[in-house]
Amino acid sequence: MIFPFVWSLLPGPVWLRVALLLVLIAAIVAVLFQWVYPWFSVTFDIQDQNVEAVP
Amino acid sequence: MTASVQVPTEPGPPRPGRAGIGTRLIALVGELLIIAGAVIGLYVVWQLFYTDVIAGKEQEHVLETLDWAYTEPIVAADAEEDAGPEVIPVGARMPPESAPVMDEPAFATTFATFYVPRWGTDYVKPISEGVTRAEVLDVLGIGHYPGTGMPGEYGNFAISAHRTTYAKPFNRIAELERGDALVVQTEEAWYVYRVTDDLIVYPTQVEVIAPRPGEIGAAPDGYYITLTTCHPMYSAAERYIVHGELEYWAPTGIGVPPEILEEIPQP
Repeated sequence: MIFPFVWSLLPGPVWLRVALLLVLIAAIVAVLFQWVYPWFSVTFDIQDQNVEAVP
Repeated sequence: MTASVQVPTEPGPPRPGRAGIGTRLIALVGELLIIAGAVIGLYVVWQLFYTDVIAGKEQEHVLETLDWAYTEPIVAADAEEDAGPEVIPVGARMPPESAPVMDEPAFATTFATFYVPRWGTDYVKPISEGVTRAEVLDVLGIGHYPGTGMPGEYGNFAISAHRTTYAKPFNRIAELERGDALVVQTEEAWYVYRVTDDLIVYPTQVEVIAPRPGEIGAAPDGYYITLTTCHPMYSAAERYIVHGELEYWAPTGIGVPPEILEEIPQP
């Protein structure tokens, strides 16, 4: 459903589609690593090493 | 009879509209699950490996910008006696009572470096003001609890860092033994602390970073350092705490404390 849709959306011959797909995946991974994961990790406090407040 | 069988002249791709609604729904759910699996798997890769790479680079860069920090290869000379860095003479060791205490710097300012020979003679990490994750701990490494003592202060110099991920400055905290040196350098002075105690507490037990460790509201009674980090590893359920006390201080510019050159066998 999603994958065939994306495939049909990409233009050009197969080799170009594959190349575009790799670029798309790399861009998604970059966005996840740069912004989404840091935000998630800090917001949900997955690992915090501070004692909770300063006396 | 064969003539009546319809043979498609061109075998085209199956049209998406042909599948039933149930089949399409299941296909969609399956694809979403594949994507979710990839996103979660990538999160693990990011957390366990990528944060180390990025934070490690950042912390090395911060060290390079501190022109006063000692970041030369910290190795005692193996072959020649004079090849190593100059060592602070015993006579220049000053008692804790006369230690200079710097003012607390602005948030996220790097003001000291940290050396722990137990973690290898090449261990040197920056210490910065503040203990928030996004601004200090995830990028700059070790953070200083605002409001606690500064290095050499009569009270408790309390610092915090990641034990796993983000270049894991306190990764090997459980290897510290009583009497191990914890060395802090500021622009003005070297401070040599010795480990006195380690304990595991709940995150709510803030008394560990009180001026007199363990007693909230009590007047300080020594020159303490306190390290706090996660426990167990990869969890935030408890905190691993290491306390130490100041042994001596010495001004910078006359050499390095011999403690940071001490080669302790690494596991």
